[in-house]
Amino acid sequence: MSEQAYTYAVSRIRSKELTLLDGAFYERLITSPSVEDCHRQLEERGWGSLSEEREKTWQLLQELVGDADDWNVFLLPQDYHNLKAAVKQVCTQSGGESVYLPAGRVDPDLIRDAVQRQEFSLLPEPMREPAQRAYEALLHTRDGQLCDTLVDRAALDAILQAGNASQSAFIQQYAEWTVATADIKIALRAYHTHKPDSFYEEALAPCQSLDTTRLAEAARRGIDALAEYLALTDYAEAVDAIRQSVAAFDRWCARRMAELVAAQRHNPFTIAPLAAYWLAREQELQIVRMILSGKAHAMPQDAIREKVRELYV
Amino acid sequence: MGVVFALIGAALAALLAGIGSAIGVGQAGEAATGVVTEDPSKFSKVLILQLLPGTQGIYGLLIGFLVLTQIGILGGDANISAAKGLLYLAACLPMAFVGLWSAIRQGRVAVSSIHLVAKKPDQFGKSMLFPAMVETYAILALLISILSVFGIPALNI
Repeated sequence: MSEQAYTYAVSRIRSKELTLLDGAFYERLITSPSVEDCHRQLEERGWGSLSEEREKTWQLLQELVGDADDWNVFLLPQDYHNLKAAVKQVCTQSGGESVYLPAGRVDPDLIRDAVQRQEFSLLPEPMREPAQRAYEALLHTRDGQLCDTLVDRAALDAILQAGNASQSAFIQQYAEWTVATADIKIALRAYHTHKPDSFYEEALAPCQSLDTTRLAEAARRGIDALAEYLALTDYAEAVDAIRQSVAAFDRWCARRMAELVAAQRHNPFTIAPLAAYWLAREQELQIVRMILSGKAHAMPQDAIREKVRELYV
Repeated sequence: MGVVFALIGAALAALLAGIGSAIGVGQAGEAATGVVTEDPSKFSKVLILQLLPGTQGIYGLLIGFLVLTQIGILGGDANISAAKGLLYLAACLPMAFVGLWSAIRQGRVAVSSIHLVAKKPDQFGKSMLFPAMVETYAILALLISILSVFGIPALNI
């Protein structure tokens, strides 16, 4: 889709942005006396269940962007999530449709059928090999983490490939950023959990802004070596957050992603405002889910407020 | 031969300015449709913004019409010298080129203004000003083209 073609889509999104929840509304939810009251307030704003809201956003964007390849970077995580869910469901003989996310390029039923019948050729080409490897790994080793690692790595490769194939500088930047920050998180978690060397090779997806071999070596040597290496990269500003915790790095990523999107969202001829809306809706759902969960578990208001503040960037 | 040059000038003014306006109005129209899809009450506001890049086409038409009148194609003696024909052609160029480019750029600003109205309808007055700034340069080109077209008959060449 050419830049020009996004003019209509961005106009609709601009109007839709008026319906996004704001800080004042979150505060009203936090101070609500009960979960039921929160649901009532959300219904007044036209909200259904959380999954319905996600579905609504996906349908709107699907209508606006159609099968535009640029949009793949945002949909691939859902496809690979569904692949993980299907592999686990088939291998562990567990039930439940709710584990599947609707907002993907590939129909979740097709993914499940392909895994169930072991006909991986039914899947799009980039998903076939990781699907088969993950299925066999889980079946033979019963190691769910290995299965996740294989599929997550394939997802990162696919995102980077989709980003590189795009003509949009924003999409390229988004894909590179997503993969690089995911690599850093993997390295950080692997360091904290003392993962073996083979894990790094399996899990880290090569990208332009990071040398994954050096990243893996640094993570093996410790947090100081990791910080030292990252200080030489585009992610030098994240060093303080990395030294604190994975959660602090997550918050840094969310802030930087918001900045990246904000820099582009006012260009009405690009896909960036649509991406900004998608990310804003995802953030909205995350915050509402967090507040409802906090209310359901009788968390103190200040604790919920603090968590909302971490998410609301 | 002069009348051919003059006619080319008139055609360029109408063509290029018209093309620019069609692109600008089309672009703004896409944005306006998006806003009205979500909120039909904003129809009148976004319609005005959509029409702003259309003025260049009208200016081009005006210049073309004036040239046709002056050179006698719309009645009278259509026999003018080649030098005068070239002068008419030159007189049409400001409106043709500035009309084309300013309409396209104004269309882009109109899109942004429509988005402004979509998010903040109370800022409609300000949103009108931004595309209007681009209009200034179309008006300046129109002025030069009109002065030239009216000045040429008095020249003794």
